[in-house]
Amino acid sequence: MIGAVPARDATLAERLRAGRSPRRRAVDRAGRGLALAATLACVVPLAAVLFFVVAKGAGALNLDLLTKPAKALGTGGGALQSWLGTVQMVGLATLIAVPVGIAAGIYVSEFAGHRAARAIRFASDVMVGVPSILVGIFVYVLLVLPFRQFNAFAGSVALAVIIVPVIQRTTEEVLGLVPRELREGSLALGVPSWRTTLSVVLPTARAGVLTGVMLGVARAAGETAPLLFTALGSRLVNIGGFGEPMDSLTLFIYNGARSPIAALNDQAWGAALLLLLLVLGINVSVRLRSMGGVRA
Amino acid sequence: MREDPVEMSVAAPVAAPPEPQREALPTAPSTVPGGAPLSLAPPAAGIPGAAPATVPAAKIEIRDLNLYYGPFRAVRDVSMGIAANQITAIIGPSGCGKSTFLRSINRMHELTRHASMDGQVLLDGVDVYSPEVDAVDLRRFVGMVFQRPNPFPTMSIYDNVVAGLRLGGGARKADLDEVVERCLRAAGLWDEVKDKLRAGGTSLSGGQQQRLCIARALAVDPEVILMDEPASALDPVATLRIEELMLELRGRFTIVIVTHNMQQASRVSDFTAFFSMGEDRAGYLVEMDRTARIFTNPREKLTEDYVSGRFG
Repeated sequence: MIGAVPARDATLAERLRAGRSPRRRAVDRAGRGLALAATLACVVPLAAVLFFVVAKGAGALNLDLLTKPAKALGTGGGALQSWLGTVQMVGLATLIAVPVGIAAGIYVSEFAGHRAARAIRFASDVMVGVPSILVGIFVYVLLVLPFRQFNAFAGSVALAVIIVPVIQRTTEEVLGLVPRELREGSLALGVPSWRTTLSVVLPTARAGVLTGVMLGVARAAGETAPLLFTALGSRLVNIGGFGEPMDSLTLFIYNGARSPIAALNDQAWGAALLLLLLVLGINVSVRLRSMGGVRA
Repeated sequence: MREDPVEMSVAAPVAAPPEPQREALPTAPSTVPGGAPLSLAPPAAGIPGAAPATVPAAKIEIRDLNLYYGPFRAVRDVSMGIAANQITAIIGPSGCGKSTFLRSINRMHELTRHASMDGQVLLDGVDVYSPEVDAVDLRRFVGMVFQRPNPFPTMSIYDNVVAGLRLGGGARKADLDEVVERCLRAAGLWDEVKDKLRAGGTSLSGGQQQRLCIARALAVDPEVILMDEPASALDPVATLRIEELMLELRGRFTIVIVTHNMQQASRVSDFTAFFSMGEDRAGYLVEMDRTARIFTNPREKLTEDYVSGRFG
């Protein structure tokens, strides 16, 4: 019942002055409230995770954690072997995945036929959704069983398998956003197609491609399951020994959190905060660097 | 690419006589303004309905050209000659295939998915669609300026100008500076940007960006420049500037311009081709003649109706 609206035969001036009905005002308020509540439901868990990691981790994140390896037995020591392992394995995984992912993204966006593009896109989407523990088992069969040895290289490969589809999809999508006029402008100068792609299209989409890489790196840095079957984890500092087991921050957190020893629980919180800062640091530094150069 | 870039003197006055080596036929087109009719290269490459061709030395000759998008024929049976070192305007209502036609000259048409063609496009007598011609090489001789200015956003003004040389592999590092200055001067942009060559190409105004794109096209030293409504996204002042520029380039380059703006065609062009759309929605050439004639005394009733604003 819209009581407040004057009858049709009222003058326009009267109808304008009548204002919004109370009912519409209520619906509007309810709608806004729901949207706000949904937003909070998204933000609150994120904020809570950040809050707990910082609150609980800050105390445990000290110089010892950063600079000392774990002791062979018992508590004490640090997580040196863990963050070194994460940096190495994620680094190698990125080195493997970036060329493959970007090249695949370029292929789908610039050269593949309609059907091939759809098939590859579908495959990538499936890959992004595959539970990471399956990737771990796959690489375990491929690179651990034949050598009868858990090794960090297998860990890197597993992480790379996880990163590639993320980079491929993002690259493909941001290349699709580059205006056709730019490609044509380059081709019309007699620039070959491959050179147009590498020197005009890709640089134009640089920021977006970097975002894809960062998403992939962050995802890889946070993975635990695929490393359980591959790099295994270790209490020893391992630098460059990709043929041997290697630890990672996630494995350190996993083991520490399961431990009945309170000191190890605390160290796990410290490692969690360290992991968070590591990912954040990479993210920020890459973004700052990509902001240099000529801007639109 | 010619040997000596300095040859194309930037400072040359507006009506620089065409260089002899560019002539398709010994008869210089400079005799044309007097009205001496010259036969179009080989056997009257008919302009349909036109009196035996009165076109000067043809740089480009189109024979029985049909252009398709999938099964749809967008341009039907076009035959015409394009005079060397003159400005040829292509006018006609929207959707009549003007741009498609233009893009077939430097083989940009084939970049569109499912596009195809038949017929011939002869550049200095060589069919650009013959197997021995490489489309990438062709585009160095037949440059293009687009409707919307499209400088490369990640490159500076300087890098934009030399992009074609660097990326096309034809760059001799030594004299890029010289190329940049010469082309920016030729495009009438030098004085406005000489102090900020390292600034981004997209930091310029729309009209400046378009002139940058013209400078970029000039840098690879083309002989033909195709312009697809180059001023339609610009304001009147910037438009005027582009038109002046075209007149300055006339005589040194063969220019083909597609335009919606009939006044523009009548202001800048020597020849005008009028396209229309048939029952089958395919564009076709209604008539082509000297611009003055098209706008004052065209042969076809359809042309007269169009240029007098009765349709389109």
